[in-house]
Amino acid sequence: MTKLYVARNPRVAARSLDGEMMIMSGRDSTLFTLNKTATILWQSADGNTPLNEIVEQRICSEFSVEPATALQDAETLARELASHEILKISEEPITQGTAADGARR
Amino acid sequence: METLTPEAERLSLVITIGGMPVRVNTTDHTFLTMLQDRYAGYVHFSGEAEIEFDVEIAAHSFANPHADVRVEQHNGRWTLERGDFRAEWEPSRRRGWIRQTANPYSIDAVLRIVHSLILARQGGFLLHSASAIRNGKAFLFAGVSEAGKTTISRLAPADVTLLTDEISYVRKQNGGYVAYGTPFTGELAKLGENVSASVSALYLLAKGNENRIDPIAPSEAARSLLANLLFFAEDEELVQAIFHSAFEFVNKVPVSRLTFVPDHRVWELIR
Repeated sequence: MTKLYVARNPRVAARSLDGEMMIMSGRDSTLFTLNKTATILWQSADGNTPLNEIVEQRICSEFSVEPATALQDAETLARELASHEILKISEEPITQGTAADGARR
Repeated sequence: METLTPEAERLSLVITIGGMPVRVNTTDHTFLTMLQDRYAGYVHFSGEAEIEFDVEIAAHSFANPHADVRVEQHNGRWTLERGDFRAEWEPSRRRGWIRQTANPYSIDAVLRIVHSLILARQGGFLLHSASAIRNGKAFLFAGVSEAGKTTISRLAPADVTLLTDEISYVRKQNGGYVAYGTPFTGELAKLGENVSASVSALYLLAKGNENRIDPIAPSEAARSLLANLLFFAEDEELVQAIFHSAFEFVNKVPVSRLTFVPDHRVWELIR
């Protein structure tokens, strides 16, 4: 099975408040509010940890969900966030050096 | 033989909004008179300016007067465009130019955009909100169209000084926030007073069956503030700056929901 890697786009602005992650696209100022699962995905998206590991270690441990279902949902979510240029996705590890620069608390 | 043509008379005035003087130069008497009326209380004819714009009045309307606004920066030069105007501004030279027809709306938009860009770098912003001063404190009333900005402004008692019924001007100063009067009007069509005061509270407006103030979660406060900010530029650095400014603001200024029935009693809650 092909592994998928995800990395935060350093060109967005992000903040967490009351456990709610808010992200603003630097391109068009669109504001996104992430739910709990999406927030975990965003926070774990370091470009080096494969998506299946993020799902197993961070999502399945938090929510009682089947790993296969969770991975499928996470992949759909990652592709959606990537379509808004919030995340980058690749079949290779993503080395952008500053993946976490845009994520401030 | 070369003929000499007389140089057009250069007319000029300074429009100071939010303590930021902007000089406008034109050769058109009618346009200058219109600016004097439009920005009454914000205009003076002498003194230094932080920014200077030369306005060229075009005889005919632009190709598409309804086109969306575009604000972009390349190599330190901002380009501002809408269907009814085109402008450039170079912050390092403190100069720019505006090409528009002789109407008050185009230059109004340019001034709003330029002020929003300046404020974004300084931790401040323009906000879709009415604002007013009472007992030396400034209050902001934010909301989308029809939320009640004009209504609450119209209901203000005599001891309230109205800063705007449409677009508030908020600067970060001395670790706090100061609201300034603006000439940017909504349905009330009345210019705000050119005065300022420290911001005491931000209320998110909602119309209802009673007058009440309810606390809201900081995340909702930040989200609502961001939704009501006026920001036009496609510029990642400034978008990040204004995003973080909104969070700093809600950390320092109390934000609540103000539900009100449209009569004067709502102002009993605002003190």
